[in-house]
Amino acid sequence: MATLKFTDGELAPCREDRATEITLAEWREGARPEAGRFALALPNDAALDEVAHALARFDAIILHFPTFKDGRALSQARLLRARYGFAGEIRARGEVLPDQAFFMARAGFDAFEIDCEAIESFRTALSAFSCVYQRSSDDRAPVYARRAATRAAAA
Amino acid sequence: MKAVTGNLLSNGRVVYLAADDHWTERLEDAMLLDDADAEPVLAAAKSRIREIANAYLIDAENGAATGQKALRETIRASGPSVRKDLGKQAEPRS
Amino acid sequence: MYRYDEFDETIVRERIAEFRGQVARRLSGALTEDQFKPLRLMNGLYLQLHAYMLRVAIPYGTLSSRQMRRLAHIARKYDKGYGHMTTRQNIQFNWPALVDVPDILEELADVEMHAIQTSGNCIRNVTSDQYAGAAADEIEDPRPWCEIIRQWSTLHPEFSYLPRKFKIAVTASAHDRAAVRVHDIGLRLHRNAEGKTGFEVIVGGGLGRTPMIGRTIREFLPKEHLLSYLEAIMRVYNLHGRRDNIYKARIKILVHSEGAESFRRAVEDEWSGSDKAAVDPPREEIERIRRYFAPPPFEKLEPESAAFDKARAADAEFARWARVNAAPHKVPGYVIANISLKTPGAPPGDISAAQMEAVADLAERYSFDELRVTHEQNLCLPHVKKDDLYDVYRALKAAGLGAANIGLASDIVACPGLDYCDLANARSIPIAQRLAERFAFSGEEDDIGDLRIKISGCINACGHHHVGHIGVLGVDKKGEEFYQVTLGGSPGEDAALGEIVGRGLSADEVVDAVGRLVDFYKDHRREGERFLDAYRRIGLERFKEALYGDAEIH
Ligand code: SF4
Repeated sequence: MATLKFTDGELAPCREDRATEITLAEWREGARPEAGRFALALPNDAALDEVAHALARFDAIILHFPTFKDGRALSQARLLRARYGFAGEIRARGEVLPDQAFFMARAGFDAFEIDCEAIESFRTALSAFSCVYQRSSDDRAPVYARRAATRAAAA
Repeated sequence: MKAVTGNLLSNGRVVYLAADDHWTERLEDAMLLDDADAEPVLAAAKSRIREIANAYLIDAENGAATGQKALRETIRASGPSVRKDLGKQAEPRS
Repeated sequence: MYRYDEFDETIVRERIAEFRGQVARRLSGALTEDQFKPLRLMNGLYLQLHAYMLRVAIPYGTLSSRQMRRLAHIARKYDKGYGHMTTRQNIQFNWPALVDVPDILEELADVEMHAIQTSGNCIRNVTSDQYAGAAADEIEDPRPWCEIIRQWSTLHPEFSYLPRKFKIAVTASAHDRAAVRVHDIGLRLHRNAEGKTGFEVIVGGGLGRTPMIGRTIREFLPKEHLLSYLEAIMRVYNLHGRRDNIYKARIKILVHSEGAESFRRAVEDEWSGSDKAAVDPPREEIERIRRYFAPPPFEKLEPESAAFDKARAADAEFARWARVNAAPHKVPGYVIANISLKTPGAPPGDISAAQMEAVADLAERYSFDELRVTHEQNLCLPHVKKDDLYDVYRALKAAGLGAANIGLASDIVACPGLDYCDLANARSIPIAQRLAERFAFSGEEDDIGDLRIKISGCINACGHHHVGHIGVLGVDKKGEEFYQVTLGGSPGEDAALGEIVGRGLSADEVVDAVGRLVDFYKDHRREGERFLDAYRRIGLERFKEALYGDAEIH
């Protein structure tokens, strides 16, 4: 296993920088982050409201893909970024395949727990598309904005 | 009796496992297995993932599909019943 | 119609490159079939009984002649010379090889077409009124909104791994030809009291195992907020739709179990908390897309055409075809010419490569280069001058496409069924063929009038049997084909689900039994009363007696 991380737009396996993990159940029992790096691991049916006020105390949120077909964590990541303004690391755990990586990155994930051999296919997958139709959690401009920019440049 | 069938990965054509471990296009040429022997043969066929997209067992007797899925397997083995000009029913035996 | 710009083209080409890579990984064994299957499905590729099947999107049913010619070319070069039009404005090729599919997709991309998201648990091809832009009763052309939805839903990062497939339909006419009440989301453009146009948003309709009529969760949505509102619905569904049971995973189950009111509240909460400006396209983008759908340069014509009247008087067959297959156009002197793909005796919805080319020629010559495919598995030429209609008819007839049966008993919708489909319980096509022959060749069709027969080969209901006036569902009874009949369904603005009449019938019985239903209707209808209305008035019980005839007495 390796964790792939985006840093300054570059994708690289990250150094051993293991944050202390707190699960949602532990959180409910009163576990709280103190000194050091902390990650909150959420199941994909967790309502984010419950932890919203405490998100800023965590360095990372770990979201779960029990199977690659289960896309709930994509909405969770999107909400964490867009609604709750979480700026820390959002890490994908579980069945994390290269073919979903582009969507994950767009939804707000910036770290992926994957098999070491899969790193190259992740790199390829993450650069598969140079244009996108929607605005999402990444900084890609949707094509309608690029169209407007092209028109403005031509005018 | 059972036979192993599937669709070839590269082109989707319906095939059956023949006695020499090759895939044959004709149900008549399929290797017939006793029910008890069928599972391990199927497992071995399934592991040939670069050749076959899916593999499963059917009931067959004397070169024809039998049992509850007989109609479905007969259509697979011959072609659409509404287009006699298509599928294996339209192809001369080579 | 819409034309790709460099960005649209890039997305489609990059998608093909990605899929080519995935196919290579599958062929090399790097991907298992289980891992590959969802990837190929999201590119429209199924594995069916005989071979792979490629489903190509015809977004909101609009095609140019160039695109139709390319479909014909693909049918010849990579398939067996024909295609099948589905009930969702897609075309299916039944015999492609996996190794050829990336090349087929490149050939489609050359004419601005694709197979993206025609299957899989994602937002599928958006469907619409086949008469869009031509219908006399429409408020505005719904297709710009369809195209806006197409772009937004394509490779959506958040909504590509939904609990289940997701279908959206849009209409802008009082007469609903898009069946919006039986879609996951139905959108109906209408005018409110202040004269503004906006969407009625209907959620949770659908056919399949648990058929339901959708519920309106918003009477009036300002058009410019369409996408942010759709995102709110999709997010609620993605987070809360069931994933533990494939039969309970569609949004209709969520809407039903939560209750429409509580679902509506969840959507409105989500929507009000969302950053609408980030999602809704800017006005100039909406305008940019709308411009592609500007009306073609119609001529100023008299409403009546002497040439048309003369031809009708001289050729009774043509007169009948025109009466049955032509529909009113919003511009004087023009009509919408429907092309039936239900030639009695032929598989419903199938069209040969030569016929595709013939139709493409007609579209180019007589209909501003435009063609439509309908969710009832037919085609239409949306803008034909009455003056030209006779020429069009003769060319269609020469191509074997002259059937005059739109909306009549032999215009039967039927899914591919057990002749092609891996999921089928029973064959659909032979039943459709026998019924169509019975009604068409007996010459009683005109007398029977408006009758929608719809046939599905299994509970997935691709043949929309639940919304047929007469629905036929294939079931498997200990390895034998049986057919269950439903009555009283309708897909339109008076949407209703058919009621199951009773025990299943064998293939031989069902054709005569449906014949008896129609005879019973003819004997008991009132002046001008449609089959559906007679059924609604008389009720299930008496039709049931007719269906089973003598058989029930024993
Ligand atoms: S209704 Fe069933 S048999 Fe017919 S096409 Fe759909 S899945 Fe196949």
